Amino acid sequence: MNTTAQHAGSETAGIVFQVRGLTKVYEMGEVKVQALRGVDWDLAEGELIVLLGPSGSGKSTLLNIMGGLDTASGGTVTYRGKELTLATEQELTEYRRFQVGFVFQFYNLIPSLTARENVSVVTEIAKEPMEPENALALVGLSERLDHFPSQLSGGEQQRIAIARAISKNPAVLLCDEPTGALDSQTGVVVLEALERVNRELGTPTVIITHNADIAAMADRVVHLSNGMIVNIATNAARRPPAELRW
Amino acid sequence: MKSLDKKLFRDLWHMKGQALAIVLVIMSGISTFIMFLSVMDSLMLTRGRFYGEHGFADVFANCKRAPESLKERIAAIPGVALVETRVAAEVKLDIPDFSEPVTGHLVSLPDDRPPLLNTLYLREGRLPEPWRDNEVVVSEAFAEAHRFHPGSSFGAVINGRWKTLTVSGIALSPEFVLAVRPGAISPDFKRYGILWMGRKALGRAYDMEGAFNDLSLTLSPGGDAGEVIRRLDRVLDRYGGFGAYSRKDQMSHRFLSEEFKQLQQFARIFPLIFIGVAAFLLNVVISRTVATQREQIAALKAFGYTTTDVAVHFVKLVLLVVALGTIAGILLGIRLSHGLGNIYMEFYRFPYFLYVLRPGVVGLAAGITGGAAVLGTIHSVWKAVRISPAQAMRPEEPAQYRKTVAERIIPAGILSQPTRIILRNLERRPVKAFLSIAGIAMACAIMVVGEFFGDTVNYMVDIQFRRVHREDMTVTFIDATSGKALHELQGMRGVEYAEPFRTVSVRLRSANRTYRTAIRGIAKESSLYRLLDEDFRVKAMPEAGIVLTDYFSKVLGVRPGENIIVEVLEGGRPVRTVPVAGFIREYLGLMGYMDLDALNRLMREGHAISGASITVDERLQPSIYRTLVEMPRVAGAVVRKDEIRNFYDTQAESMLFFTFVATILAGVIAFGVVYNSARISLAERGRELASLRVLGYTRGEISYILLGELGLLTLLAIPLGFLFGRWLSDYVAVAIESDLFRIPIVIESATYSLAASVVVVSAAVSGLIVRHRLDHLDLVEVLKTRE
Repeated sequence: MNTTAQHAGSETAGIVFQVRGLTKVYEMGEVKVQALRGVDWDLAEGELIVLLGPSGSGKSTLLNIMGGLDTASGGTVTYRGKELTLATEQELTEYRRFQVGFVFQFYNLIPSLTARENVSVVTEIAKEPMEPENALALVGLSERLDHFPSQLSGGEQQRIAIARAISKNPAVLLCDEPTGALDSQTGVVVLEALERVNRELGTPTVIITHNADIAAMADRVVHLSNGMIVNIATNAARRPPAELRW
Repeated sequence: MKSLDKKLFRDLWHMKGQALAIVLVIMSGISTFIMFLSVMDSLMLTRGRFYGEHGFADVFANCKRAPESLKERIAAIPGVALVETRVAAEVKLDIPDFSEPVTGHLVSLPDDRPPLLNTLYLREGRLPEPWRDNEVVVSEAFAEAHRFHPGSSFGAVINGRWKTLTVSGIALSPEFVLAVRPGAISPDFKRYGILWMGRKALGRAYDMEGAFNDLSLTLSPGGDAGEVIRRLDRVLDRYGGFGAYSRKDQMSHRFLSEEFKQLQQFARIFPLIFIGVAAFLLNVVISRTVATQREQIAALKAFGYTTTDVAVHFVKLVLLVVALGTIAGILLGIRLSHGLGNIYMEFYRFPYFLYVLRPGVVGLAAGITGGAAVLGTIHSVWKAVRISPAQAMRPEEPAQYRKTVAERIIPAGILSQPTRIILRNLERRPVKAFLSIAGIAMACAIMVVGEFFGDTVNYMVDIQFRRVHREDMTVTFIDATSGKALHELQGMRGVEYAEPFRTVSVRLRSANRTYRTAIRGIAKESSLYRLLDEDFRVKAMPEAGIVLTDYFSKVLGVRPGENIIVEVLEGGRPVRTVPVAGFIREYLGLMGYMDLDALNRLMREGHAISGASITVDERLQPSIYRTLVEMPRVAGAVVRKDEIRNFYDTQAESMLFFTFVATILAGVIAFGVVYNSARISLAERGRELASLRVLGYTRGEISYILLGELGLLTLLAIPLGFLFGRWLSDYVAVAIESDLFRIPIVIESATYSLAASVVVVSAAVSGLIVRHRLDHLDLVEVLKTRE
């Protein structure tokens, strides 16, 4: 798989992700769970998207497949002209390594590494990464470089996770409930960090949330329910996260 | 350093207790491996150097008396390089302040030149002045036992004449690295010594001027020992040759070679147990670590680390533990090697101990351990890192439990809820439970093997010295003597009863297999020396035919009723065909037994005896010995009780060393397995236990759930360990058996109880450590952490 973002097919110019008829079925023992039931959707360059939906609506499944963490049962996901659904394990690894910045709901920091080292874990294998210190400065954590996750608050931990995700200068930023485990005040700080990356670096960003109040900061809001997109709304103007309250 | 590598070290630090337990197990394995192999290599190197520098001969022979001129003929045998002739004799010694019988083996040294072969390493003093008949060099072990130094003197009866000998020097010889009195089962430094005297003086004393009775030679490159021996025997035949033999049948060399064989076997068995246990422990610990790091693995993979990257990361963790254990094991191994080396040097008298630790041995140790550890862990690592990141991010499905067999058998109401938890937990992971049991059982088995030698030795001593030999003293004559000599003994004050015996040097032959040994002729209805059959019942000596040690069935491939050829190596040297009348069980050496009269008929010598077994009035024993020393035809006397005591004295230190090592090692294994199992259960089930505490269970009750399980495993492991121990002992016994000795499998109940105790105590100690953690379980914190 070609891993440089610039190589894109002409017909999909300006489109980062093209999702068509995407389905996903989990088999949990004897039970089959239909997580996605045919999703069609495009993500354009520079966009900030909020994926909204109740828990179990298939948001995380969609994001995981877009991020190359999971495979689809049917349909296609095309990333800048390349079909992710056809990619091999090795290609998916390279895709994750060089293209995607991922932010998890539960941060998934490595507890035995400091803030700086948690970022280094990613910059060490990336192609043209930022300095870990710079990435942490972007999320306002310059003062906490040598703290271990256990010495930091939830918001700080999540900001490390964001720094870690953006430090590789990813071609796309995928965030799964980044504020899910945080109070609203801390959540705002985290969202500001994401918004700033999107605005300053132009990184297309998808933020999953079940919190409708966050939707106002997005260019577009995609509503998912029961494994299907029920509505895509376009905001006339993005509201800065600082103005959001929940 | 890469961030992932930093994580590695911090993870290791985080699990330091468990890692330490594994490091200790690996250390034990590596150190025993290093100890056994490096001591073997060192002894081999030392032996090689000593043999080379001191001209250890290749072929040896004894004869009655041969003219010195024969030396030329022998030197002319194709394949012979150097020939040295000597005079050698057994002498009775009278050591001041030591009232027990002492025998010396007196060997001549050339007067006019240094010896060509078997040269002495002089530790102290000087060689005897040429021609002096009252100066001797004595062997070091003997000198140490009696605190002799140059200038010390003692009495000796040389060819019937009393003489005072002065020690001119103390020496070591490649020929007598281990000096064991013929027929004895262990070296007796107090009662058997090697003495060297000038050839002329010794020759005069034994009427051997211009003659010799002892010969050694080296082979020229490419020389064929077998062919040289055949020709040498033909040359010496007329002069009463007792049959030449090569190095491999030379006593001192033989014992050393057997020792090497044992070391090699030990090096094979013990470390393998440890490495197996270490691999299992690593598997358990790493599996757990990988499981707890599920989400970290998911994150790493989400950021583009490959499955291989992540797997390598965990393999590095394994190798780091192995490396620590290996380094510690090498250091400890070198230390233990010196301990074991010192014990060997007490027995095997080398002038120096060249310690060598071959890089190959270290490499092999590290390689086997590293390989086993990686093999033992790779499966669980791979299983964990292979899953897709999305799946890894979801919490693991709850473990599946079901009702156990025990619960179905035992009526409800009898088993408490905690006991049910224990049983279900064991049944849920039967393989892990079994491996834990096997690991603990190995600890028990190591103890059994370590201790079983002691039991066996006790048993062998009991059979040999209490049931076969029943005399107080054995008296041997210089040559086969008329039966009248027996009456002389019987007439001595204090001698209660005397029974004659005859020993004859022979070569037994069956088809193309031969074996040099002796036939002992035993009086009819002998009561002081009894033959025991395979079931240790007293066996009557058949009137005709020869009774053989049972191991002869292997060595010569003969069965009762078949004939063997007896080539007598002394007297008229008759060659006879004799039927095998039966086998007896013996653990030491290989011998033939015949009725005394039948043996004498075979020899056509009339009524001759070589010595007598006697019982004495204990109070008169010292005076009896004094009389025996003065009797010219008496070559020596051995007191049975002294022999038993000496045997235990010489073995005591090495027995203690092995017990000590085995106990430590077994303790380490038991501790390692139990501690690791406990810590892992604690990690896996901390939440569950904390929840129970919240629900009102006491510390004792939750400890029971965790530690009760381990207690149950330990109890199940002990009988299995006995079984493993028994098998291992069997294996060791068969692996090291030889014509020198066979090892009966005798394991006393004391050994079993000691083994069980060591295991139980080690398990209890690790249990207490974990109990301490259980007592400090932070209820709130544990409930908050997300699994």
